[in-house]
Amino acid sequence: MKYLKGFKKYYGQKILWYLITLFFAIVLNFVLPRLMPGDPVASIAAGAVSGMTDTTAIQKVLNDYAEKFGVNEPMIVQFGIWAKNAIRGDFGVSFGQYPRTVADIISSSVGWTLALQLPAILVGWILGNLLGAVAAYIKGAFDKVILPVFLFVSNIPAFGMAIILLTVFGINLKWFPTSGGYGFDLIPNMSWEFVRSVISHYQLPFWSIVLITIGGQAIGMRSMAIYELNADYVKYSRFLGIKDRKIVGYVFRNAMLPQITGLAMSLGTMMGGALVAEIIFSYPGIGSTLMTAVRGQDYPLISACTLMITVMVLLANLFVELIYGVIDPRVKAAQQD
Amino acid sequence: MKNTIRQVFHSPKFVIGFIIFAALLLTTIIYPIVVATDPLEMVGNGNFFKPGTYVSVKDAVEGSKYTLNVDVQSASLGSKISAEDKEAMKEWLVKFGGVAEADIDIEDAEGLIGLWEANYSENAEQKGLTSSKKKYYVRLNKNIDGILLNNDVIIAQENSETGELEQSASIGSQEFVNTKDVANRRTFILGTDNFGRDVLTELVHATKTSLRVGLIAGVIATLIGLFLGLISGYVGGVVDDLIMFITNMFTVIPSFVLLILISYSVGQNARGVNLVGIIIGITSWTWTTRSVRSQVISLRNRDHVNLSKLSGHSMMRIVLTDILPYLASYVVMAFILQISSGILAEAQLSMLGLGPSTSNAATLGLMMNWATLYAAPLNGSWWAYFPVVITIALIAFSLNLMNTGLDQVFNPQLRD
Repeated sequence: MKYLKGFKKYYGQKILWYLITLFFAIVLNFVLPRLMPGDPVASIAAGAVSGMTDTTAIQKVLNDYAEKFGVNEPMIVQFGIWAKNAIRGDFGVSFGQYPRTVADIISSSVGWTLALQLPAILVGWILGNLLGAVAAYIKGAFDKVILPVFLFVSNIPAFGMAIILLTVFGINLKWFPTSGGYGFDLIPNMSWEFVRSVISHYQLPFWSIVLITIGGQAIGMRSMAIYELNADYVKYSRFLGIKDRKIVGYVFRNAMLPQITGLAMSLGTMMGGALVAEIIFSYPGIGSTLMTAVRGQDYPLISACTLMITVMVLLANLFVELIYGVIDPRVKAAQQD
Repeated sequence: MKNTIRQVFHSPKFVIGFIIFAALLLTTIIYPIVVATDPLEMVGNGNFFKPGTYVSVKDAVEGSKYTLNVDVQSASLGSKISAEDKEAMKEWLVKFGGVAEADIDIEDAEGLIGLWEANYSENAEQKGLTSSKKKYYVRLNKNIDGILLNNDVIIAQENSETGELEQSASIGSQEFVNTKDVANRRTFILGTDNFGRDVLTELVHATKTSLRVGLIAGVIATLIGLFLGLISGYVGGVVDDLIMFITNMFTVIPSFVLLILISYSVGQNARGVNLVGIIIGITSWTWTTRSVRSQVISLRNRDHVNLSKLSGHSMMRIVLTDILPYLASYVVMAFILQISSGILAEAQLSMLGLGPSTSNAATLGLMMNWATLYAAPLNGSWWAYFPVVITIALIAFSLNLMNTGLDQVFNPQLRD
């Protein structure tokens, strides 16, 4: 009973902290563009309609803008209006893809990004940790060969790996399609043909993220595991005659903990890299949407994309921390006090 | 100090990383001295010219000729008849020429042409062939005949009075020019990019600019991180809580997002190379702050620090003389990593179209951005992006190797 209470407190604190961070991130998302010199809102509105020829469209966008952002009100009132709309999922109308709403564009791309990045980062993380632990344990030739390779691979930027895989497997070997999330001649539905097309388009982006993640994680895990293998408890366990396999299990579990924290802290960076890799494959996720938005000076879309990325990273982080609470014996012990 | 440096240079990892990095850096310094052309000069009038040496056709025609007794025909056949053409020829021969499939070797261009010449006839009965396909074979046949005929190429000039063409020279197929004799030639080791610029020269200058971005970002991030980490760790209490609260927040809020927001807000015109470096610097200090803080906390109750406190030294002096020297190795390591991540951040920003907006310098990220915008991978123009990816990877690899080497020297537990 006491145990449960401790958990509740731990989770409560974590969730509260993340809520505060989320609020802060939302404020930054709103304030940063408006802190810049000049009148960004007006110039953005002007820039947004500069390419349009349809006068009713221009008027609609300008009106929409004035209404949505309350351009003439003080900043705090503007924030109120903006936040109220954002909570309802209303981020305005896209400048670049008028008359689609930003919410519509975002909701059609979030799924692609989630379905691509979540499994890819997880698979890469698990494979990387296994390889790193094996490299630390076996040492010798395996370690000597694997480590420099991973060290180099982990330094190739995600988009670089993406473009290499694209060239080799997409263009030269023609094993997989080179761009998009599904065949350009298909309409999304649940048919077998469509699913097969999605799966074959999924391969290259997926593996490029996995490969990058494996490299970095393997190196981290290897040094963690070496560190743990030299720890006193390992020597003591050997002295007691405990089986090697069991010791490796202990070492792996202990070395894993910092790796989980590491995952939480580098998730943002990883996702940033993976988002850019999407662009290489014109994958219909947030990354490609963001690039289109930047090219089209589509301010509402950019701000919604960055907000979406922040929310995703924060949620993933919160999730990792909550799991950490369950598996780290020290956190558990602290809760029982 | 001297001993430490000697120790560092005994670490093979550090030395390898250092050599790669120094080689890259030296290239960016020496290359521009040797090749003084403007890196952004649009030499090629068109997209993505292949790597190689380009010689002026006119100079080649007018230059002195050498007759070489070599077989020129098979090489021309090989380059002028594509693999698809060969496949089509084989298909025709099997279907209508009465040649057994086993007798045809598609790799042997001369043998295939021989069979073709012996068996192909325009008027043969070709059942089941569309007329466009029939015409394709006629064209292909003419093409092959042209190569086989081996006629001299006649150079003619227009007579300015009569307007008639007069033969001025004829060039046989065995005639060669020495490329050294041709005055007008340019070598593009890595071809040209989508704007017709020499990729190698551009790459070298871009590496230099990207290193500058990384350096600016690294210096700023390290300074902010060091400053906040020192205060937070040494002062402790409410100040520590506040700084760590902010630091933890910025660790979780992806710096990638802040980068995008700030870069976009600054505006296209103001975003120069230095400013991009500064923006990257002010969004990536959190790691340094955390590690400096934890180091300072472990240092601040050491005897020599307490002694300084008892002696009444000012906080400034204690931090500078009693704490900072112990942090030096950490700070250098963090700085190295910051440079590497700064270069990567610039590249990612540029891929999104938020990189430095400049008409007088290229960066590695901008080169990647241009290459992808102009679909270099789909054109097969590997030279426009592959060297860039390798350069970014090499810079990051060398810096990380140096970092790992330093880590092993300063944390003996990690040595293997």
